[in-house]
Amino acid sequence: MTVEQALARAQQQVRQEGAALDVAELPSYGFSHRSILWWATAGMMAIEGTVFALAVAVYFYLRSHSATWPMSSLPPELRYGTANTLILLVSLLPNEWAKRAAEKEHVGHVRMALVICMLFSLAFLAVRWLEFTALNCRWDDNAYGSIVWMLMGLHTTHLLTDAYDSGVLTTLVFTQKMDGKRFVDVSESAMYWYFVVLTWLPLYAVVYWGPRFV
Amino acid sequence: MNTTSEVDLTARNQVPPSEADRQALEATWRDPAGLVGWFSAINHKTIGVRFIVTAFGFFVAGGLLAAVMRLQLARPQNTLVGPDLYNQLFTMHGTTMMFLFAVPVMQAMATYLVPLMVGARSIAFPRMNAFAYWLYLFGGLMLYIAFALNIGPDAGWFTYVPLAGPDFSPGKRVDFWAQLITFTEFSGLLEAVIVITTVFKLRAVGMTLNRIPLFVWAMLVTAFMVMFAMPAVMLTSTALILDRLVGTHFFNPAEGGDALLWQHLFWFFGHPEVYFIFLPGLGFMSAIIPTFVRRPIFGYSAMVLALIATAFLSFGLWVHHMFATNLPELGKGFFTAMSLMIAIPSAVQIFCWIATLWTGRIHLKTPLLFVLAFFFILVLGGMTGLMLAMVPLDLQVHDTYFVVAHLHYVLIGGAVFPLLGAIYYWYPKITGRLMNETMGRWNFWLFFIGFNTAFFPMHLLGMKGMPRRVYTYPAGMGWDTMNLVATVGAVTIAVSMLLFVINVWRSLRHGQVAGDNPWGAGTLEWATSSPPPAANFDALPVVHGREPLWEAAPEPTQVRGMATGQREVLVTTVVDARPDHRSVFPDSSIWPFISAVATTVLFVGSIFTPWAVVWASVPVAIALTVWFWPRRGETEREMLLEKSP
Repeated sequence: MTVEQALARAQQQVRQEGAALDVAELPSYGFSHRSILWWATAGMMAIEGTVFALAVAVYFYLRSHSATWPMSSLPPELRYGTANTLILLVSLLPNEWAKRAAEKEHVGHVRMALVICMLFSLAFLAVRWLEFTALNCRWDDNAYGSIVWMLMGLHTTHLLTDAYDSGVLTTLVFTQKMDGKRFVDVSESAMYWYFVVLTWLPLYAVVYWGPRFV
Repeated sequence: MNTTSEVDLTARNQVPPSEADRQALEATWRDPAGLVGWFSAINHKTIGVRFIVTAFGFFVAGGLLAAVMRLQLARPQNTLVGPDLYNQLFTMHGTTMMFLFAVPVMQAMATYLVPLMVGARSIAFPRMNAFAYWLYLFGGLMLYIAFALNIGPDAGWFTYVPLAGPDFSPGKRVDFWAQLITFTEFSGLLEAVIVITTVFKLRAVGMTLNRIPLFVWAMLVTAFMVMFAMPAVMLTSTALILDRLVGTHFFNPAEGGDALLWQHLFWFFGHPEVYFIFLPGLGFMSAIIPTFVRRPIFGYSAMVLALIATAFLSFGLWVHHMFATNLPELGKGFFTAMSLMIAIPSAVQIFCWIATLWTGRIHLKTPLLFVLAFFFILVLGGMTGLMLAMVPLDLQVHDTYFVVAHLHYVLIGGAVFPLLGAIYYWYPKITGRLMNETMGRWNFWLFFIGFNTAFFPMHLLGMKGMPRRVYTYPAGMGWDTMNLVATVGAVTIAVSMLLFVINVWRSLRHGQVAGDNPWGAGTLEWATSSPPPAANFDALPVVHGREPLWEAAPEPTQVRGMATGQREVLVTTVVDARPDHRSVFPDSSIWPFISAVATTVLFVGSIFTPWAVVWASVPVAIALTVWFWPRRGETEREMLLEKSP
């Protein structure tokens, strides 16, 4: 046996039999960035935020190539879009309540907050439907119509998936035993809702005020 | 999956791990048996191997397409294939190599290796990992089925409008291309999130950020690039398919759209994409070189900073693909400068490797041969890259074989050679046996010689004015001999690849038994058996340096108290890798597979009717819900291990 081999064997032995770091007393979940779920959510937010940013860039790119904007129609009507912006902003209150209740592991409050959030979901989806009727353009009119519908479509996809996702979560908290992990789910879901609402603000400014001020 | 009643759900491992620990861990982490079990597999090693094999399958398919093109071009006025099929051939070749091989194979290698290299029991989000694999597989199959039915895409791998728009490409060919992008980029984005989370949160205790292996750094940086670049191509291919299917006007100048918008969005993704392929290649280099020169890498911090700098700069290069358009000349100057600047971090890494090689004791095994070829081929490709970054020169050789030569030197030299080296290097870890060394040398030399014979003449062909993407050429242009030489080179590459496949196949049964650490390497994947057990490590390692296996191990060496009867992983902090909490990972499940099937119906259906997006979202929603719904007793089982923070 060469010296190298002997050394390797000795090291191997130490590695096998050396002292241990005991982790049995560590907690089995953690909130915020301690949770790996937080990282998945943050990753999705980075990806989807990039999509939104690029779509906004496309909007202004096309805008820069056109003498008139909107090209041949009136800007979208303000009432539904503005109303929905307010609904979305107010929905942050029950959302924050759900997040805090989850982090305090208070089942009753979590359930109540999620039900209120679901009511808000129904409200903003209904108003979003009305928004589409008041855009004053179709996707196949011209490039302006195409990008307005794309921006609205992208955000509405988020509203739909988040509403469905919250619906499943609400059902879970009513029907299943609540363990620590489920509270983390509620907390992360609330963080994602912040993202969906906060990304709407620049999109609202672009879709509704872009054709008026820019 | 544990369904038997005698499993102790609260058992914890000892140090050193007992035989009972070993058996319990294996039973807990093993994927289920049987046909349903095969589709339910979520272990990162199982998915990783399938992913790697699939990617190499597409590599072979794309290579065969290239061989047909080379045979067609072997002599002037050849009639082996006609122009329509030739258009499909080069589009399929480029699309396959970029979207189905080069980017996914790197993520596939990461899927297998990263958890082992950071000392984790599992990859983060193992079910999502399986889902991403199935999506990728189905997307690739869809493309090849379309090709077999003569509806393969034919507008080039970057599918420029207006050629690819509804007016000039009627039919479904381009739609299949656009949906392939949706499949592969969706899969790639999920993999990026998985890799980032694995690296940030599942590292062995003590593996601080400045101790993680450079290959893991390369994959981490790549994953961040993927997150910010791939959305561009998803957005623009969606806009393309909308233009084609529902009459939007993003790229239609008659209605206020713009054709150059496509190029901007495509290359905003497309240039970083080159670096998603190249950075993992650099990671392979940094893993292989230290092992075969018996010393740690020279300039670890400089290497990491160079990777990050390359990633940032790569986002500022996209317009150098658009020098032949009418963009402002001053703007082009900026992109020339950026393109030259990226040579600096690349050079930093090359000099660090040279310093490592120079001061080490070289053991010239097959993996190192492939790595050394990188220096010759990549540097040549980098030089022509500097030339192409100059607007006047670019205008002269734009769309000629000079560009074809350049991109193959960069991509094959920068990624495929290191990748093949990496396969030779990690094959014994994956299979427990070494690949044949003699055959490896034949494989290497035939590939090296064949590659240069095939692609070097293309520089000259390009400068003699031969355009790319032509299905034939008249005699007497001065292109005949060099085309024939290139074809001979292509055949040589094919022979070398055949040797590679035979070597992989034969060594599975006849290779020399490897043991845990056949190369005497220093990183954690070599600390476990070959192939590794289902749970990767019987007791999780504790790390005190960059090459844990090369250093005396101060105490503690291993982790005690991890559950053996449930899939528990150890979560650590982002920067310092201090132990933070334990988390139970999900059981194997067939629902990621079923969800991928449902998603495939949605994506393929939407090629034919936009309403597929509506009705096919119902099965997708159902499948995803069942996937996430807790099984009976699952919550109770996990609560046995629960401790509040």
